[in-house]
Amino acid sequence: MSPTLLVLIPLLPLIGFLVNGLGFPSLPKGAVGFIGCLAVIGSFVLSLLTFNAFLASGSQPIIVPLFDWITVGSLNIPFSFQVDQLSLLMLMIITGVGSLIHIYSIGYMHHDPGFGKFFAYLNLFLFFMLLLVLGSNYVIMFIGWEGVGLCSYLLIGFWNKNTNYNNAARKAFIMNRVGDLGFLLGIFTIITTFGSVEYLEVFSKASAFQVGDPIMITITAFLFIGAMGKSAQIPLYTWLPDAMAGPTPVSALIHAATMVTAGIYMVIRSNVLYSLAPSTLEIVGIIGGATALFAASIGVLQNDIKKVLAYSTVSQLGYMFMGLGAMAYSASMFHVITHAFFKALLFLGAGSVIHAMSDEQDIRSMGGLRKKLPITFLTFFIATWAISGLPPFSGFFSKDEILAHVFEHNKLLWVIGVLGSLMTSFYMFRLLFLTFFGTFRGTHEQEHHLHESPATMTIPLIVLAVLSAVGGFIGVPEALHGSHHLAEFMSPLYDAARQANPAAFLPTTLSHSEEYILMAISVAVAAVAAIIAYVIYVQKAAVPAPDSEEKSAIQNLVYNKYYVDELYDTVFVKSTKTLSNAFYSFGEFFVDLFVNGAARLIGFLAGLLRKTQTGSTGDYVFAMVLGIVVILFWKLLL
Amino acid sequence: MLTLLLILLPIAAAVLTLATGARIAKQVALIGGLAELGLAVFTWSQFDPSAGSQFGFKYQWLASAGISFAGGIDGISMVLVLLTAFLVPFIILSAFGHDYKNSATFYSLILFMEAALIGVFTATDAFLFYLFFEAALIPVYFLAAVWGGENRAKVTFKFFIYTMFGSLFMLVALVFLYYKTPGTHTSELTAFYDLQLSAQSQGFIFWAFFIAFAIKMPLFPFHTWQPDTYTESPTQATMLLSGIMLKMGVYGLIRLLLPIVPLGVETWGLLAVILSVIGIIYGSIIAIQQRDMKRLVAYSSFAHVGLMSAGVFSSSANGLQGAMVQMLAHGINVVGMFYIVDLIYTRTKTRYLDQLGGISQTSPKFSIYFMILLLGSVALPLTNGFVGEFLLLSGVFNYNAWLGAIAGVTIILGSVYMLRLYQKSMFGPKSNWVEGFKDLSVTESAVLIPLVIMVFWIGIYPNTFLKISEPAVNQILQIITH
Repeated sequence: MSPTLLVLIPLLPLIGFLVNGLGFPSLPKGAVGFIGCLAVIGSFVLSLLTFNAFLASGSQPIIVPLFDWITVGSLNIPFSFQVDQLSLLMLMIITGVGSLIHIYSIGYMHHDPGFGKFFAYLNLFLFFMLLLVLGSNYVIMFIGWEGVGLCSYLLIGFWNKNTNYNNAARKAFIMNRVGDLGFLLGIFTIITTFGSVEYLEVFSKASAFQVGDPIMITITAFLFIGAMGKSAQIPLYTWLPDAMAGPTPVSALIHAATMVTAGIYMVIRSNVLYSLAPSTLEIVGIIGGATALFAASIGVLQNDIKKVLAYSTVSQLGYMFMGLGAMAYSASMFHVITHAFFKALLFLGAGSVIHAMSDEQDIRSMGGLRKKLPITFLTFFIATWAISGLPPFSGFFSKDEILAHVFEHNKLLWVIGVLGSLMTSFYMFRLLFLTFFGTFRGTHEQEHHLHESPATMTIPLIVLAVLSAVGGFIGVPEALHGSHHLAEFMSPLYDAARQANPAAFLPTTLSHSEEYILMAISVAVAAVAAIIAYVIYVQKAAVPAPDSEEKSAIQNLVYNKYYVDELYDTVFVKSTKTLSNAFYSFGEFFVDLFVNGAARLIGFLAGLLRKTQTGSTGDYVFAMVLGIVVILFWKLLL
Repeated sequence: MLTLLLILLPIAAAVLTLATGARIAKQVALIGGLAELGLAVFTWSQFDPSAGSQFGFKYQWLASAGISFAGGIDGISMVLVLLTAFLVPFIILSAFGHDYKNSATFYSLILFMEAALIGVFTATDAFLFYLFFEAALIPVYFLAAVWGGENRAKVTFKFFIYTMFGSLFMLVALVFLYYKTPGTHTSELTAFYDLQLSAQSQGFIFWAFFIAFAIKMPLFPFHTWQPDTYTESPTQATMLLSGIMLKMGVYGLIRLLLPIVPLGVETWGLLAVILSVIGIIYGSIIAIQQRDMKRLVAYSSFAHVGLMSAGVFSSSANGLQGAMVQMLAHGINVVGMFYIVDLIYTRTKTRYLDQLGGISQTSPKFSIYFMILLLGSVALPLTNGFVGEFLLLSGVFNYNAWLGAIAGVTIILGSVYMLRLYQKSMFGPKSNWVEGFKDLSVTESAVLIPLVIMVFWIGIYPNTFLKISEPAVNQILQIITH
């Protein structure tokens, strides 16, 4: 494998960023789009080559050192890359889905005056995201981690004349920083414990620890705080729905397919440490389950097309963490992949709808769009089918695998997972039916403008639809007479963990018939929910009530997202502001008073000096300088 | 010899500036500043990090008393000399947009200040250190008192009293140490390192030094002079104070306090770290609700310096090296931030955030440089602030995990107040005050571009600078653990 080619993978988007960033606004739109897309597609091609080269070279991780970044005492943090199964899979998702979304953006952002800026930011995001997954140590991961957070901030607040959007962007950055602090403390503990941050070194040293060692629990808990922020888990999830303020391709790329899965990547990357910390994994699973259910329940009553998808993302990420909690690392990665396909597709489809609807996002004002937007409808339909976990599309395989592992691990969590699937299927079909079925409920002007999107937008939709449909076949379970290619491919990643905690990697105890029953239950649940949605929103043609109408207490609670935002606002934001004002108005006064008490002892000196306070012309100034210097010398000589 | 030249060159430039008069004062001063930068870079090129104190000079001052006029440059000094020499020309250039009265005096004071600062960072004799430490106060005092804002008289007076007060403690400590040296006495710093003082007297000396340096930086609770002084002073004086002068305090901790009273640090270090961490959180929280941009940056600087001090008192390689690189980073970022505030103020005549908004719509270059400096301030990886904060926090965390975690909250609070600052001034609907806001001129870009380059240089390849100070820092650590 050529190191130069590998370095070019993140470097191409960086170059794209620099060219488009420095060229903005003088570069013509055509050139901007071309450069922006070329950078990512180039990365994608290089990633494919790297993938092949890796397959040819065996299954051991390959380290590509670039330079020593920070060296202090015995600690050396190199700037180097690691290529292995995990980073390769992430590379494929990031550059593959990234390419499609870049192409889509050419059409979607065409009329925007910030076109060049948009592509520059998008490329910069890819650069950081690629660093995140390519780094060979935790600090490089942290560079990417914070870098994608910055890009997320810049892109959520892309239309920065709007104060609400800016607030959403700021909220995302700050809430992520809360998680980042956890990540950072995790890194510090790793440094203290292992004296290194390099994955290979840390993991080989970690194998010497006992299962359940407090140090392992501390490290993994800290790291998981970081994951909660980036992957929007309870309690750090409220930034993600607000992040929908950004342009829709951003929601698809950053807030669905790639950045928000960084938390899952991090846990899988640290699988050795997590496998040694079962208590942390319990927490990971519980938080994942709680988030999956909680977010899904909010999704049921939302009327903004992007908000529904946002809560759905939070919920799906919860499933991935549930899987991690059950040590089903590969299953979670499987869901990361399929989710990247169908959720990116859903967002891009939503973008196509919003584009056609002249920026309308309220599904109560839509309806009947399938005739005017046939490609968008068909692809959206496939994605809905996939996310609902209905066979044979991709979501069925990945979600089912997670649920099977969870069932083995913790029955209650499995029930929660199934309930979540029920809601997922319901809110997704509700969204589909309200948007594409029935009669059009928008204004005449909107109706007049309705049109299918241009080819730059529909082609990515079609490609993603194919992937959402067939993507599951990389991981067909044995029970369905498949060979699980993905699990096999990822297996070497857990060699060290297997050694450290062999008990955690025993083969499944579920019989095939048990697996069939589990599959049947989740499929049945999803199908029933879809049918209920059909009855309500198609047969009865029900439309959610306008905001002005009275709601029951429970509806209000859910519709207002359980008032969590309001709670955080009171507990954290308002109290910090009050504290800030109090410190400034009173704190400073008292500190001053206290310290000056001592200073008053030399008050008479103050009186003398005050008389010298009138000097303003240059000469006078210098006379004084001289005087003071003389005094100082005199003081010195005493 | 080079060391002496580095001190004398700015003095010569200052005198020349005064002599040539107001008409070309700023050009002469700028050339002087650049010449000093050139000399500093040349010194760096000749510098061997592992060779200890170099380019020294030593003249008998009070021969019979063992007090000499002596200086030299080791790795720690080198970094701070580079910082000083790098910042001063841009501080001078940043004043070009202003029309200060008595400009010859104004610019010459900046250069006098530079000489004194270089003196502080290179003195190897305790009394010479003290002399420069005090002398540095004088130019900046006059800059603030003569060219400052409305309340300058009251504010600069407080500043002056505060720092004089602190210095007296240091003087007492130095005299005490001097009399403890064997034989006919000497005031060489290395001789002070070798003193075997009782734990009790180390405790006293610790606090005498601590108060002197804590006021200079400033640390909680000795900081109340700082926000007012930073706000009322002309921007160039604020830059000198925050960009370079506060490093005298941190430098003092590293050069004097740690190696002279290691037992004092063992006993009282924890308390010093606690005070520093309180300052970090307290300053950050106050910054969140500030209306005046300049005051906001002042409080953020107060918070940042608290972290440097905490790192130094952790007495670890990470803490000390973190402090070294953070001194560079903070100097660059804070000078840049004060310049940004100054540019906004001179264009709009307001520094109040509630009156600003929408500047980014008309001024892309300005927005980008501002954003980059801001990212440095909030310690985003690959910018200069990250390297410093990462090492400092890891040093403090290793020293005491709880204090490290609390200090770490700074990365959250920092983003809260900095992003608010940016959003309120740059984003949102355009306010009436920013009507006709012009993007950066060539001169203004000439100040900001070098700063931005340094933000990335230190962020991407910090080893350039870490390597300079590493052997010297290790030497200090060795003295402490001995």
